[in-house]
Amino acid sequence: MGSYIPSTGEERQAMLQAIGLTSTDQLFDVVPESVRVRSLDLPEGLSELEVGQKMAELAAKNRVFPSVFRGAGAYRHYIPSIVKTVTSKEEFLTAYTPYQAEISQGVLQSIFEYQTQMCELTGMDVSNASVYDGAVAAAEAVFMCQERKRSAVVVSGAVDPQTIAVIKTYCESREVPVIVVPADGCATDPAAIQAALDGATAAVYVQSPNYYGVLEDMDAIVAATHAAGAKVIMGVNPISLGLLKTPGEYGVDIAVGEGQPLGMPLSFGGPYLGFMTCKKAMMRKLPGRIVGETKDDDGNRCFVLTLQAREQHIRREKASSNICSNEALCAMTASVYLAAMGPKGLRQAAESSAAHAHYLAGELAKLGFGLRSGDKPFFHEFLTDSPIEPETLCAKLEEQGILGGLPVDGGILWCCTECNSKAEIDRLIKVIGEVLA
Amino acid sequence: MKLLFERSRAGRGSDLLPACDVPVVTYDQGLLRAEAPRLPEMAEVDLSRHYTELAKQTHGVNDGFYPLGSCTMKYNPRVNEEAAAQPGFTQLHPLQPVETVQGALEVIYTAEKMLCEITGMDGMTFQPAAGAHGEYTGLLLIRKYHQSRGDTARTKIIVPDSAHGTNPASATMAGFKVVSVPSNEQGGVDLDALRKAVGPDTAGLMLTNPNTVGLFDPNILEITQIIHDAGGLCYYDGANLNAIMGHVRPGDMGFDCVHLNLHKTFSTPHGGGGPGSGPVGCKAMLAQFLPSPHVEEKDGKFVFAAPEHTMGQVRSFYGNFLVVVKALAYLITLGKEGIPEASAGAVLNANYLMKQLAGAYDMSYDTQCMHEFVMTLQGLAHDTGVTAMDVAKRLLDFGMHPPTMYFPLIVHEALMVEPTETESMETLDEAARVFLDILAEAKTDAESLHHAPHDCPIGRPDEVTAARSPILRYDFGA
Repeated sequence: MGSYIPSTGEERQAMLQAIGLTSTDQLFDVVPESVRVRSLDLPEGLSELEVGQKMAELAAKNRVFPSVFRGAGAYRHYIPSIVKTVTSKEEFLTAYTPYQAEISQGVLQSIFEYQTQMCELTGMDVSNASVYDGAVAAAEAVFMCQERKRSAVVVSGAVDPQTIAVIKTYCESREVPVIVVPADGCATDPAAIQAALDGATAAVYVQSPNYYGVLEDMDAIVAATHAAGAKVIMGVNPISLGLLKTPGEYGVDIAVGEGQPLGMPLSFGGPYLGFMTCKKAMMRKLPGRIVGETKDDDGNRCFVLTLQAREQHIRREKASSNICSNEALCAMTASVYLAAMGPKGLRQAAESSAAHAHYLAGELAKLGFGLRSGDKPFFHEFLTDSPIEPETLCAKLEEQGILGGLPVDGGILWCCTECNSKAEIDRLIKVIGEVLA
Repeated sequence: MKLLFERSRAGRGSDLLPACDVPVVTYDQGLLRAEAPRLPEMAEVDLSRHYTELAKQTHGVNDGFYPLGSCTMKYNPRVNEEAAAQPGFTQLHPLQPVETVQGALEVIYTAEKMLCEITGMDGMTFQPAAGAHGEYTGLLLIRKYHQSRGDTARTKIIVPDSAHGTNPASATMAGFKVVSVPSNEQGGVDLDALRKAVGPDTAGLMLTNPNTVGLFDPNILEITQIIHDAGGLCYYDGANLNAIMGHVRPGDMGFDCVHLNLHKTFSTPHGGGGPGSGPVGCKAMLAQFLPSPHVEEKDGKFVFAAPEHTMGQVRSFYGNFLVVVKALAYLITLGKEGIPEASAGAVLNANYLMKQLAGAYDMSYDTQCMHEFVMTLQGLAHDTGVTAMDVAKRLLDFGMHPPTMYFPLIVHEALMVEPTETESMETLDEAARVFLDILAEAKTDAESLHHAPHDCPIGRPDEVTAARSPILRYDFGA
């Protein structure tokens, strides 16, 4: 049996004696006899060697695809070596939330740096220190927009379905109406959004690039929404912001997204990173931790958790959110990633992802995989028809070590990043050609 | 210490990506950002040194004793990290075909079975990413349960005044009204007040046991009975499970659902604030409402299924999966004897340290504690002017992370001490000596303590100015 208790049997006996007891059972005398556990129905504990073997066996039951053309909310990008090195440092890994600023400047400064980077990336004024993931960030943003007479949220049907699902769950319990406006040809129709707005609309949620990779007509959506007196929340892929127009430039009120592409491996869905940035006017409505700069009693620059009057440990049932633990180490991961890539590297990742996706789209079109989004601009994902049943094709690709696009709406949602070289795409096309033949 | 942005020099950086080998896309100008983001431009060596310097100004569990009450800062075993770092877990796309991720599903399935046995529950979801997220999810289970029975008048959640702040905040988010009930003189639930608080509008009760003063409520069976008799359900806040695991199960105490903090009780690291994992377990009658998808076994294969009346999703995919991998490594390491031994060790360490301090410091409750205890420095503050804050800050000079301060709210000048089972006898002896030395200082040199810490990278920060005139990002200037 493994154990992480350092004290020996004799030491424990001595400690028991010091508190006037003879056995550890007595420590639990206060528990009613009728509910005391006699023995747990669990396997015997294992040595470290056995644990390592068992966990390796479990990992070996999974299949890692060397070639991945699937995104749909989780993206395989290149992760610079320095990222894992930094985030594996035991100080960062094993610290709690930085309540004690005097011995937590490292974590606090890194969050301040992260906040700055996310503001720069999104073109917004203020960032929080993270929430659980992109979908929860979207739901939390909806609650930032609640006003006395404006509660409803209008959501584009071209948003990632998991994000819509989480928004619906969060809104149902607070009785916030959710109106989903169906997508039109893989994109949001600004006129349809406009038609859904009324005096009770608190916010519009759109995602660009959207679930189908298409860049939305943000100018029209923002204009229509603001004209109706509601807020715009924009979901965004952070890698795309190395190149594409920012939420800030579009004039949205809140920008949110899934930060996983910024240096986090796919990890079967988590840990991921929900980022949230907003205009200064909404600063005090942001949920979760925020780090601010101040001075210590000697006048030195330092950093602290701040604006805590929003938070659950102060406000309790009146808090802006219940969030306490967030995804701090993932935020640090994103920060190291962005610092390692720099503005040029990030732009290169964005350009290369888009370029490879467009190359793949062109090659697929030659094989009869028509682009469902027509001539609308897209980033690094796109939905095509499929001349053969999508699941059948994907199964054939998997035999060749390729994780193909995701079967969606009878078509296939493809994704490329800088990790998919031309040679890899050409091989995919060759295999598809063979399958079709 | 310089910020990343202050170390940046135009033109620096590493060649991380190859040149693009396909034609670049030309987007309309109106779709492009006007200016590049001002991200730092740094050589890898400078980046590496930057974070090494930040690490030196960060106190983790591996830097010293960390008795932060309610947070269970136990040692984070390395084998767990190694297990979770395997490419067979980290390189899995969450939307891979289910037959290619059988090992991952087995991790979730096995962790569910083991944690259900430890908590006395019948089903569990791993979608919640942290404790508060779990609370919210558990409350949605309660909400769905009452709704499914047409019992829509049940709008109130009862929360003791000693509860974690997340409890009432989660109840509000889940659409409930919060009813606060006072604690009795022993720090437990006041039964008379509870009986008065319940009624046809009671949806449920949220409770930690042992509670936030570190005491096991001996009336627990009566408490859960009062709620059930009134038609409500009982929610167990698992923040303090490290006190009782393997000795008594929430399910047997009358709780209907529970969240766990894998980053506390099950030894996964807290990462400076996360990622955590807050799985929610429930009794059979609530399992039909659990979030979707849920891992099930069918004909010898693991599959994803949607519970019949699922609440939907509370997060994307399946939660913080790699954290679950780490927790499973811990669970199979400890096994059936190791689990109760860990909690017994935690309770023993807390009582041993409390005993050494009890003569000098006032305890909020003068009785045997569970995994943590709460001291009240009200008397000291009255006599010397030295507050809980002063003592906490002085502890920093001795390489110790202070206990949780000013919580629970029902104890004045509170310091909440949770040593955990992974500290040795001599660490506790040394901590006791430090606490007693500081007490002596308080009586001879109170003024010095008001200015503690003296030997940390910074002195006390000006939090008031930070909140009044917030500076929340670096100012690049013109």
